[in-house]
Amino acid sequence: MDVLEKLTILTDAAKYDAACTSSGGSRTSKKGYIGNTSTSLAGCCHTFSADGRCVTLLKVLMTNRCVYDCKYCVNRRSNETKRTAFTPEELADLTISFYRRNYIEGLFLSSGVLRSPDYTTELMIQSLRLLRETYRFNGYIHAKAIPGAAPELVEQLGFLADRLSVNIELPSEAGLKALAPDKTKGAILAPMRQIQVRNRQSKEELVKYRHAPKFAPAGQSTQLIVGATADNDLHILRLTQGLYDRYRLKRVFYSAYVPVVEHALLPAKDVKPPLLREHRLYQADWLLRFYGFRAEELLDEGNPDFDPRVDPKCSWALAHLNFFPVEVNTADYESLLRIPGVGIVSARRILSARRTGPLHMENLPKLGVVMKRAQYFLTASGKTAEGLRFTPDSLLRGLIAAEHPLLPQPPMEQLSLFTAI
Amino acid sequence: MTEIVYCYDGSFEGFLSCIFDSYANKEVPTAICCDEDLVPMLFASRSIPTDREHAGRVYRKVVKCSPPAAELLRKGFLTCLPEKELHLYRLVQKVLREGGSFLANRSDPVLYPVTKAVRHLEGEAHLLKGFTRFSDLGGVLGGEIEPKNRVLPILRGHFCARYLNEKFFLYDRTHHEALFYAAGKAVIRPLADFQMAPPDEAEAAYRLLWKRFYDTIAIKERYNPKCRMTNMPKRYWNTMTEFQDESYFRAQSSHEAVSAPGAPAWIPAPEIPPAPGLSAPESIP
Repeated sequence: MDVLEKLTILTDAAKYDAACTSSGGSRTSKKGYIGNTSTSLAGCCHTFSADGRCVTLLKVLMTNRCVYDCKYCVNRRSNETKRTAFTPEELADLTISFYRRNYIEGLFLSSGVLRSPDYTTELMIQSLRLLRETYRFNGYIHAKAIPGAAPELVEQLGFLADRLSVNIELPSEAGLKALAPDKTKGAILAPMRQIQVRNRQSKEELVKYRHAPKFAPAGQSTQLIVGATADNDLHILRLTQGLYDRYRLKRVFYSAYVPVVEHALLPAKDVKPPLLREHRLYQADWLLRFYGFRAEELLDEGNPDFDPRVDPKCSWALAHLNFFPVEVNTADYESLLRIPGVGIVSARRILSARRTGPLHMENLPKLGVVMKRAQYFLTASGKTAEGLRFTPDSLLRGLIAAEHPLLPQPPMEQLSLFTAI
Repeated sequence: MTEIVYCYDGSFEGFLSCIFDSYANKEVPTAICCDEDLVPMLFASRSIPTDREHAGRVYRKVVKCSPPAAELLRKGFLTCLPEKELHLYRLVQKVLREGGSFLANRSDPVLYPVTKAVRHLEGEAHLLKGFTRFSDLGGVLGGEIEPKNRVLPILRGHFCARYLNEKFFLYDRTHHEALFYAAGKAVIRPLADFQMAPPDEAEAAYRLLWKRFYDTIAIKERYNPKCRMTNMPKRYWNTMTEFQDESYFRAQSSHEAVSAPGAPAWIPAPEIPPAPGLSAPESIP
């Protein structure tokens, strides 16, 4: 089998993994080595695939052979599909050649479980070592830690990779039992804890010794599948929050379940992936990480799922109308961040601009505030937007209309002058 | 007050000389235009000679008043903002009059058009860090871009660090200039015309591998062309490997790596001092 065919099979098998970021690295280039990881704080997208997702890394599996039989997975043992594996040399050559042509920022290496988690991890270590030491690759590497692998092996992997991730996939233990009988919650969480502890120790060592080796300097991430099990948004968001708080994860990715197989325990094959739900979870994820929100503020037992019509921040604002309007000239940073239509950047610009003089309504769009959402929730120098009249009911309709054109539209929708909402 | 139009040679120093002369002559130009774009007008025009010493004095004065304003001035000159010279002139005027404190207010009417244009420039440069494609031409990496702004001075640091141990060049089709890098030295020089050489066997094979990877990584059930276009506008596709037609992936047995009619037969080595041409704002002393 030639490399082109292998690449096709092993890319196809890896594409359901959502994570594809090169952020968090800060290694500068070295003489005699290829590349660096210091693109920018935010990482660097090299292209966007036809589904609109960013492609930063060469995302492939080491092999798609697998001894596990997770029901939701294309690579499960019982699925009839062509199996193959990269040799370490092929993988290193592809990575280097793609990197030099500026196709990618680095390698994302995952794998099916060949023989055992330990054996697979050893194969991955062997490949990454070849890439790092013989091919002298200094760019970004994201490696997947296989649940159940020995701690010593995860340790070795961490010194070769910039970021490690362990995929939780199914957000509850019940789901895990039903759909991934070979995996346990303990086997997934143990390496996550190990990566967290080792990463912290490595940072402490770096303070003492300048040349101490770095363990997964870009931290760790994980992925949750949305829509394969009956878990609600509140459960997923609470889990996410716990992972950020207790495991210090850099990112939690959500992957709308794409039905790839017919199974009694899974959604039918003609069910569309819940893309809007995934989108709402990402929006809420941002609120947790950058806006100082807590999961309990956004959802509760009474409303365990996100409103598909408006984004989570607007939902929160609609439920807390007594918090508004916020006066942009006096409010603190945290309160500014609570206004729908005001983000991190525009909140900072407001703080900076109001030191030069009082702000008025006409200044705000120039500072990056999205007025079609923000106008209902703020005042500038005591005034609201000119001619703005609204009731809680028309407010909701205005917010829905503001977001409507941004969402993917159902195909061939008849345009109507009287859109019923 | 008489209406007067300033003409300069299109270089950053030339533009700074215009500012110098306007203060020296105590007059405010109605427009400042590049010699090339000059169209016959009703107003009187004056050709401003480029004077490096005058330019240096203006630039140092702006740095003294406000270092961030100097950065805006340098970057603003690279943008594709219509009448950028006049906008930058007004910015310098305001900085010299009242200092740099108004820069904190992004909605300031003098500042806003400039910061908006600079953000456009920086956004475009950021995207091109990812979307630029290089080809291996016998050991030298070569790439082409079609940006709206003059992004090469912004991209220089990024690509020189990424390809520290390589030799590469990057050609800007819109502004007809190219960035050359070898052995730790980088220069940006005007280059009137350039034609990329056809790929050899290995290069064609890697292009095909990449195209296949790109086509395979997309999830069919999630097909969303609008989202792709938002993140990666179509104007970038022209120079990207994954959107080229079949001939781009066919190897041709040509041993000449670069064939550029009217341009130097081989890439000028960066050791040679840059030819006098349109200077990029980074080269100000």
